[in-house]
Amino acid sequence: MVGFLRALDRKLLRDLWRLKGQGIAVGIIIACGVGIMIMALGSLASLEESRSTYYERYRFADVFADVKRAPNQIVGEIREIDGVKSAETRITRIVTLDLADFNEPANAQLVSLPDEGQPTLNNVMLHEGRWPDLARPEEAIVSRAFAQEHDYHSGDRIRAIFNGRTRDIEIVGIGDSPEYVWTLGIGGLLPDDKRFGVFWMRRQALERAFDLEGAFNNVTVSLLPNAVEADVISRLDNMLAPYGAVGAYNREDQFSNAFVESEMGQLVAMAAIIPPVFLVVSALLIHAILSRLIAVERQQIGLLKAFGFSNLEVAAHYVKLAVVLSLGGVLAGFVLGRTLARLLTHLYSNTMRFPEIVHVFEPSAFVIGAGAAIVAAVIGALNAALKAAALQPAEAMNPAPPTVYRRGGILPLWLTNKLDEPTRMIVRHITRWPIRAAMTTFGIAASMALLVGTLFAFDSTDEMIDTIYYRTDVYDAAVTFAEIEDETALSELDRVPGVLEVEPTRDVYVRFRNGVHSERGSITGIRSDAKYKRLLDRKETPVSVAESGLTMTSHLASLLNIGLGERLTVEFLEGKRPVLDIPITAVVEEYIGHAAYMNIEELGRVMGESRTITGAFLALDPDLSIEFNDAILDRPQVASVALRSAVIETFNETLEETITIMMMIYAVIGGAIAAGVVYNAARISLTERGRELASLRVLGFTHGEVSYVLLGEQAMLAIIAIPIGSLLGTAFAHLIVLGMSTDLYRVPYVLEPSTRGFAAAVVLVAVFLAAVLVANRIRNLDLIEVLKTRE
Amino acid sequence: MSQASVLAEAKSSAEILLDTQDLTKVYQTGEVEVHALRGINLTVQIGELIVLLGASGSGKSTLLNIIGGLDTPTSGKVTFLDEDITNLSASALTRYRRAHVGFIFQFYNLVPSLTARENVALVTEISSNPIPPEDALSMVGLADRMHHFPAQLSGGEQQRVAVARAIAKRPNLLLCDEPTGALDSKTGVQVLEALKTVNEELGATTLIITHNVGIADMSDRVIRLSDGMIIEEKQMGRRRQPSELSW
Ligand SMILES: Nc1ncnc2c1ncn2[C@@H]1O[C@H](COP(=O)(O)OP(=O)(O)O)[C@@H](O)[C@H]1O
Ligand SMILES: [Mg+2]
Repeated sequence: MVGFLRALDRKLLRDLWRLKGQGIAVGIIIACGVGIMIMALGSLASLEESRSTYYERYRFADVFADVKRAPNQIVGEIREIDGVKSAETRITRIVTLDLADFNEPANAQLVSLPDEGQPTLNNVMLHEGRWPDLARPEEAIVSRAFAQEHDYHSGDRIRAIFNGRTRDIEIVGIGDSPEYVWTLGIGGLLPDDKRFGVFWMRRQALERAFDLEGAFNNVTVSLLPNAVEADVISRLDNMLAPYGAVGAYNREDQFSNAFVESEMGQLVAMAAIIPPVFLVVSALLIHAILSRLIAVERQQIGLLKAFGFSNLEVAAHYVKLAVVLSLGGVLAGFVLGRTLARLLTHLYSNTMRFPEIVHVFEPSAFVIGAGAAIVAAVIGALNAALKAAALQPAEAMNPAPPTVYRRGGILPLWLTNKLDEPTRMIVRHITRWPIRAAMTTFGIAASMALLVGTLFAFDSTDEMIDTIYYRTDVYDAAVTFAEIEDETALSELDRVPGVLEVEPTRDVYVRFRNGVHSERGSITGIRSDAKYKRLLDRKETPVSVAESGLTMTSHLASLLNIGLGERLTVEFLEGKRPVLDIPITAVVEEYIGHAAYMNIEELGRVMGESRTITGAFLALDPDLSIEFNDAILDRPQVASVALRSAVIETFNETLEETITIMMMIYAVIGGAIAAGVVYNAARISLTERGRELASLRVLGFTHGEVSYVLLGEQAMLAIIAIPIGSLLGTAFAHLIVLGMSTDLYRVPYVLEPSTRGFAAAVVLVAVFLAAVLVANRIRNLDLIEVLKTRE
Repeated sequence: MSQASVLAEAKSSAEILLDTQDLTKVYQTGEVEVHALRGINLTVQIGELIVLLGASGSGKSTLLNIIGGLDTPTSGKVTFLDEDITNLSASALTRYRRAHVGFIFQFYNLVPSLTARENVALVTEISSNPIPPEDALSMVGLADRMHHFPAQLSGGEQQRVAVARAIAKRPNLLLCDEPTGALDSKTGVQVLEALKTVNEELGATTLIITHNVGIADMSDRVIRLSDGMIIEEKQMGRRRQPSELSW
């Protein structure tokens, strides 16, 4: 095999073999960069593929609309709308569950199935069991995650509260649908499969239970390829307005789909932001390795040229070396990326209920990853290779002139004079090679920056949880009613055992319009002295909802391109459906969604309603929680109950695994950069200074003292790099905030000192490990051999 | 009293600094065994100046390296001031070198990033009773070059810095492996002058390897090695000044 290679290529292989330690260091860094790119792009492709197959096979609808009650016949008119391919009406409803095995409030989303056969849109994928029998109204298919969480199987019975009446539901099948990939729990951000399930039942059973015979309260529509979605939505809105429509919406606003898209958007951001850091560092390392190699091989290069090799051949030889060096990293990156992608999709299965997450082989991810890594390697090699090409043969065959050191350098003389000799050697070496030192510092700083810039996300998550569940939404339980109620419902709630205090809330669907900007949303009416639902201004100080006018989240204001004091048009989609001009009287900050608030009395007044409520925030007596949980289910008006403690618990449980795994991944790959940079720099130093260090050993310096001369430099640079990296990390975190913030939520920038400390500790451990590896090589320095040779 | 008789008198009552018994060294390079030393028995008195002669490959460096604690013998024993140093650990050998041995090689092995004074200070900082670096440099005639970096010094000057560095810690044993090998005769003489001064003023026992038979004339004893064995040992009557030596 070797026989077929040209001599120069054989030299290349030998060089690679000699450089294997450094090659591995660079390879690991390239592998991390390529791996993350492939993880992100590969997972993205997997999610996209899983999603599109699922949506297509199970005919996920394009447009969705809820109404109060509309007669079945109008479905014909809906199908007539230009661009509509098919339409299906349904009955949907949220109810509470009284689970024998679980004594906390739980809720179910009821969705009707046509009386015969399967839905034409949003079909159910049946994993187990059969479809419900029309003649047996108690039969239901339940969502798989909910069934798994409670270990329910076909034949099991569950009690639900339909309109205040207890109903026994019999599970006949376990299924899922594209509408509920992300089954958002009530009042939470994450799926809570213990407390929230989807139940599919025959339509007739639900018509009877909710007095909706001959009517529907939900319609979903699929569109023809050439349809104009916005037109269909506005036609639907007009058509359904008389029936209590609260605004049709598309997939973008469909909760489950929106969350899935938000995850996919974050993958794109990850692929775009993180891998470049690795590739830049790998280019720097390759530059350093080749520069050193060319210095060592100076005389060989002169000889090659004297033999008649062209400048181009010489340059190409070194570029080739860099490319071959990076190929190992690319291959390892492929493997790493595939593994990480599998890990990530496993984590996704915690929140996303696809029938399965298909692992697609995404060639473009591999091509982009390999391409980027090789380009980085070539760029890294270019400068050194050109220097090799530029060497004059006669000059090159003479040894390089000795390195000239200077006494002062950047440190003042009085300080240099205070140092012991080994430390002085370190300082002189750094100041003699400032660019190299700067590159090492930059590499370690990049590691720190990456760690800070990724680990901060956990502080942000903490901050979000802390703000939402400990500062703004501080109720113990949030209740929603099935229908719009008046204040008597409130006093009834007040009498439920365990309830200490009740605060009303009124949610009303609206469409906001400001010139060309329009958003479907809702206004939440709360009391100005609300204690359990609070608002925060820009400085995070609690503020109450304005007595008059709209209190708007800054996110909504920016979506509508409107500011404090300006007026906007609000089309109310409920009640008398007034269209009003309302001024914005306060702006508040929220991390999630795009809410708007009004004083609840003012809201009733402008809508021309008397004191209506759609839900309540409760303060509970912790000692009476069992009594509360029992009694709240019997309230006929209550559609859903969410306990704040449960939401927090879910958050922690769901994210615990994700956070632990991602922290570990980030720490390892972030540390890999620092380790690789230091290992590489120290190895280069060792080849240059082996003789110097050996002579120190001969003079009687111990292994530790000699290691200090070499590794103290790296330690010193690491110590300089950490604060720089910390600053860079802050900037990096801001970039990630931009990349990760979606329409659904805005990631706050929060960075705890402890996180910086952790990042610094990871960097120091990585530097230490790299130093230990090099220190072992120092131990093996052949003193006699070194001293025999001319310097 | 003549110098020679003083020395002879000193030697008769002198203590033994170093002693080797049946020292052998076998290098295993692949299939081939190289017997670098084949039973060396050598006793070195305190204060002696010994010149080691021999053809290239005769085992001189190997012997010096073992005596200096840079290498270990295959068999045999090395005793230094009544202590067996043959089987010392690597760190004990480091302590031995640090405390007792000064080396000078053909190539000067100065630290390029330190000035002449700092190169000497490197050693004085880790020894207990050193000569101040300035004095050590004066001793080799380089007081005025103290703040020069190695790259700014000639070969002979660099080697004299190496001598100053080797003797600044007041070593019991000064081992020089072809110290003038890379120098022309004039600068070589200056280095030898320095070595002789050190040997006389500090009483450091000195072993010098050389190819130059003439250097033997400045020593107390000349030992000739061939093929790993001592083939000739000669007590020198009178020491000549280095400047009188012929090259
Ligand atoms: N590290 C080594 N490995 C193998 N052989 C060696 C080694 N060092 C020295 N030798 C061999 O041992 C013999 C003696 O070498 P050396 O002591 O350097 O001789 P001198 O200094 O007298 O020229 C030579 O044949 C040399 O090739
Ligand atoms: Mg020799």
